[in-house]
Amino acid sequence: MSQTSAAPPPLLSVDRLVVEFPLDRRRTVHAVSGVSFRLGEGETLGLVGESGCGKSTLARAVVQLLRPTSGKIWFRGEDVCRLRGEPLRAIRPHLQMIFQDAVASLNPGRCVGGSIAEPLRVMGGHDRRSRDIAARQMMVAVGLDAERHFHRKPFEFSGGQCQRICIARALMTRPQLLVCDEPVSALDVSIQAQILNLLASLKERYGLSLIFISHDLAVVKNICDRVAVMYLGKLCEIAAVDALFNTPCHPYTAALLAAHPEPDPDRPPATGDLVGMEIPSPVDPPAGCRFHTRCPAAQPVCSVTEPDLREVATGSRVACHFPLSAAG
Amino acid sequence: MSPPRSTPLLAIGDLSVALPAMQGCVRAVDGVTLSVTAGQAVGLVGESGCGKSMLAKALMGLLPREAEIGPTSQIHFDGRPLLALSPRERRTITGRKMAMVFQDPMTALNPVMRVGRQISEVLRHHLGLDRRAARQRALALLRQVGVSMPRRRLDHYPHQLSGGLRQRVAIAIALACGPRLLIADEPTTALDVTVQAGILDLLARCQKAQAMAMLLISHDLGVVAGRTQRTAVMYAGRILELAPTRKLFGKPRLPYTRALLDAMPRLANPPRTPLKAIGGQPPDMTHLPPGCAFAPRCRWARGRCRVETPPLESGRGGDHDHRVACWYPLEGA
Repeated sequence: MSQTSAAPPPLLSVDRLVVEFPLDRRRTVHAVSGVSFRLGEGETLGLVGESGCGKSTLARAVVQLLRPTSGKIWFRGEDVCRLRGEPLRAIRPHLQMIFQDAVASLNPGRCVGGSIAEPLRVMGGHDRRSRDIAARQMMVAVGLDAERHFHRKPFEFSGGQCQRICIARALMTRPQLLVCDEPVSALDVSIQAQILNLLASLKERYGLSLIFISHDLAVVKNICDRVAVMYLGKLCEIAAVDALFNTPCHPYTAALLAAHPEPDPDRPPATGDLVGMEIPSPVDPPAGCRFHTRCPAAQPVCSVTEPDLREVATGSRVACHFPLSAAG
Repeated sequence: MSPPRSTPLLAIGDLSVALPAMQGCVRAVDGVTLSVTAGQAVGLVGESGCGKSMLAKALMGLLPREAEIGPTSQIHFDGRPLLALSPRERRTITGRKMAMVFQDPMTALNPVMRVGRQISEVLRHHLGLDRRAARQRALALLRQVGVSMPRRRLDHYPHQLSGGLRQRVAIAIALACGPRLLIADEPTTALDVTVQAGILDLLARCQKAQAMAMLLISHDLGVVAGRTQRTAVMYAGRILELAPTRKLFGKPRLPYTRALLDAMPRLANPPRTPLKAIGGQPPDMTHLPPGCAFAPRCRWARGRCRVETPPLESGRGGDHDHRVACWYPLEGA
């Protein structure tokens, strides 16, 4: 993926992003603590990590569903965090998102055709007829039957079909960036493959860039060009998909890989060899490297000094004092 | 059922569970026959709505009131016919000799009762221990399931624990009376992968140490793969394939199992390996097609599949431990 990171300016550039939520008068939830990365045009970046590591918060900040505490998000050359009012409205159609619970993200009382057409109404500049025509075309593009399905309500659809509806709705404004927050986690295996294949083909067809959040490493490996691993609000490692899966450098990445259950009885069962079972609280994250409390390779320095995210090979950056396979 | 070498610990025979629905009724479990030998781990996999949880609930006597068990259904546990016992007699078995761990430990635990008391309650009820002895045993159990700072945890409420710890507490409760069979229904589905591996290790360890049998129910073929001796695949209320786990994953004979394995993204595959999705939608249990329920989605389906329901039979080559319910089973590559 070195081509994409070297050539033209990236579509999206996130720079030292911090998102904090006040818990009460004295305490703060440090959800995202200084995350920087870039996303090239047409690229798919995977974002993995345990629940509570801040991956969804990061995604929401990128699409401006919430305002970061500090840091910058450059999208098409503009810092979207500084935009207000009309300029922000103008950029929103290009930033779209789909969610894990597709059924809950649809209005249950509204026919799905209307929901799919809605973004065009919000955006303005389309009359009702052209909105409906566009919605019907998009339904076909995501594999729904526009004639039969347009006037139906969400409860008449399965979870996989609802996710297709959500994808159609997100693509109506022809976004450049689609953020997918665990889009297949609630789906059965047979349907999950349908949606993953659909996303891959739509990406080609509409020239999308994707941020793909998932806790399932096999899914991420299947769909992404590059992968970022997050732990307690920080990036541990970001690398091209081959490098990350073949030679993980961060002990946390290695632990995640070791814990993945593969459907292969000849492979020894996944192991959970992390020290302790608990992910520490983001209210009071550990000093030094945030992973040191669970790291099997932690040294005294790890609890004192926080490691920088530094380049260990072309396109691979790791935040660890003692990276595992620093070959290259 | 083929005559087993020794009497199985759990023998389910032709179990059917019907639930009333808007139109008519739904056969959530439809003629399931399955046995679990003492000390053995059996996996039960299937997609959501296939009836695997209903099967578990039927075993534990936790079915909703309106559910109806078929007249020819039988469940034998340790030689005793569970369905013929009075509720009182049955309660001496369930919770004691046969225990269950649920998917969501938050709803399985009582939110307003301290952890220690929840464990002690089981011990006092089933084993008649006094308060002090029960508390001592509860402490030992927490230690056994790998809960850190067990003495302090005894006085915690469930909401003070993480998801993984809560599931460990739920396992401690299930193990409290030294059951001979543990039914684990999606025990790690709500947990992160790192925690999942730890919980599955723990279950395997307890199973070995206490020679306990386990029925491990999951939608995730990966969870069942390395941790069971036999695996059953369920679809639309029926078991369609039952085989030693290695055989089932290596040489599945059921087109549905093959399709599931092909649809799963794997770490072993190179990036961007196209997935072979299974077409169509999961079966609508209120309107099941005639014949094989998987036929509308099956690449190999022929005329007979859409008319007659195939029985679960052992292979033609006399392969008794590999049974499949399919008119045209795959020959195995």
